[in-house]
Amino acid sequence: MIGGVTTRSGTIASSVFKYGVSLVVTLVIAIPLYISIFGGFKGLGQLQAAPFSLPSPYVVSQYSDLVVGKVGSFWRDLGNSTLVAALTVGLDLVLCAAAAFALARIRFRLSGLLYNYFLIGLLFPLAVAILPLYLQLRTLGLVNTYWGVVLPQVAFQVPWNIVLLRGFFKSIPQDLEDATAIDGYGPLGFFYFMVLPLSTPILATAGILALVASWNNFFLPLLVFNDSSKFTLPMGVMDFMGQHSADWNQILAFLTLAMIPAVVLFILAQRYIVAGLTSGAVKG
Amino acid sequence: MPYESRIILSKAARKKRRATVLTLILLVAPIFVIFTLLVIVPVFQAAEYSLFRWNGLGPLTHFFGLRNFGFLLKDTIFQKALLHNMLIIVFSLLVELPLALLLAMIVGRGNFKLAVFFRTFFFLPFVLSEVITGVLWQFIYNPQYGLVNPIIHFFAPGSPGIAPLGSPTSVFWAILIVIIWKYFGLHMTIYIAGLQGIPVELEEAARIDGATNAQVIRHIVLPLLSTTIQITVFFSIIGSFQIFDIVWAMGRGDPVNGAETMVTYLYKFGFQRFNIGYGSSVAVAIFVICLAFSIVYQRLLLREQKG
Repeated sequence: MIGGVTTRSGTIASSVFKYGVSLVVTLVIAIPLYISIFGGFKGLGQLQAAPFSLPSPYVVSQYSDLVVGKVGSFWRDLGNSTLVAALTVGLDLVLCAAAAFALARIRFRLSGLLYNYFLIGLLFPLAVAILPLYLQLRTLGLVNTYWGVVLPQVAFQVPWNIVLLRGFFKSIPQDLEDATAIDGYGPLGFFYFMVLPLSTPILATAGILALVASWNNFFLPLLVFNDSSKFTLPMGVMDFMGQHSADWNQILAFLTLAMIPAVVLFILAQRYIVAGLTSGAVKG
Repeated sequence: MPYESRIILSKAARKKRRATVLTLILLVAPIFVIFTLLVIVPVFQAAEYSLFRWNGLGPLTHFFGLRNFGFLLKDTIFQKALLHNMLIIVFSLLVELPLALLLAMIVGRGNFKLAVFFRTFFFLPFVLSEVITGVLWQFIYNPQYGLVNPIIHFFAPGSPGIAPLGSPTSVFWAILIVIIWKYFGLHMTIYIAGLQGIPVELEEAARIDGATNAQVIRHIVLPLLSTTIQITVFFSIIGSFQIFDIVWAMGRGDPVNGAETMVTYLYKFGFQRFNIGYGSSVAVAIFVICLAFSIVYQRLLLREQKG
């Protein structure tokens, strides 16, 4: 009886604690986002005088000026980000899937050595390589080109993709390979007709991770792009802030628009993002 | 006849072998070339350049030995940057990861209403880019329009306003808060995935035996989660050494180098002053420090597992 009572009050206390903590954290995340979205609808005076309240009246011009392109270059930046991300993900998946397949399913003498060679990349952060990499890009004539960002992004994604994809390709049963061999297909046929269709979830995971990394990348575009016609969204945000340093309502509107694609992507692909980020960590 | 068939066989075998080699080249060569040219070669070049005084133009002639490293270690700004990186690690391990673990335990289980909503929402800051996060918090900290001063005035009317990013003594701490805000959700999500791998029966059995919440956490959840925790610790250490974007977006490590990190330092010397030799010595230092940490950390873990 007494035990029951303490348990119940214990449960209540623990629920209060759980909801209390969750609510506080929710507010700490929600308030900056709320401020960004609604701050973009305020005039400057309103923004300063009533920072937490809802806009009154709603001033739409900050957003509409951006959307119609009167201010800033939101659509161009968005297009650049999309192009760079699409090239990165496409190249990454095609090339890494091919190499991971060779390392997983074809027996050859250098296979283990080659796998470890790609794994070394995990030890080399981009910052360590960045200065010579920049000089390399300069020699190759890739400074201020899309490829100057895409190719290094692909290269630094390689170790992660190889680990992820090779592991999956290895787990495909040998029977399936034998079956395609009976049908007269070689390794390439097996890869194309059997492995790739079976691997869509893992390819989606690898692709989404590369996409998020490319979308948010700032360091490489900062170095490689020196004219604003090539700027991706993070570069565009910095550039826009530099040009409108006092118009915080306008900057907040730009920020809010720039957030939308990432948030939408996250909602659509949450499963793959979480799977990709946790796969290595949980299996150990 | 047998002789002939042997020739034919070996011809076929040779043909097959050649086909395999061709297939391999086709599959592996493209990524091998890209990876080698853009990851492996530059790292070795960084090691080479660090021994020279060089502005990136013309031939490497001015051999400098280890003098770049001598200057680097004596430079008080670099020491400050290194200290900042270390502080980011300390606060990640002492604040961010425990917070992430606590939240994972709260919202990681299905029996808590709204758990799915909280899980998703807490992960959201991680999805925003560092630059967007940094600029958004620049606004929050802005002394004229931002939120910090209204909050201070609400609790302490009449107190003077502050500009967290405007002072070299506070800028680093202001950015540290943003780093925790942005990254705790990632670690929470990893912990939740780890928690979901723990069989519920284990906990139920312990509770039937009269274990309290604290005991269940201490003797069942934490030990079973230890591999996951070790990996998040490792990633947050390695990640902390590479912090750049968010610092750059919130004032480029300034004022007066108040928030400098090793990578912002590298960027300033390597690119803004085009001192490739010196910048490369910073890169080598970052690599060596990361590597040393990884090795020491793995040794410690191995010893712990054995003992």
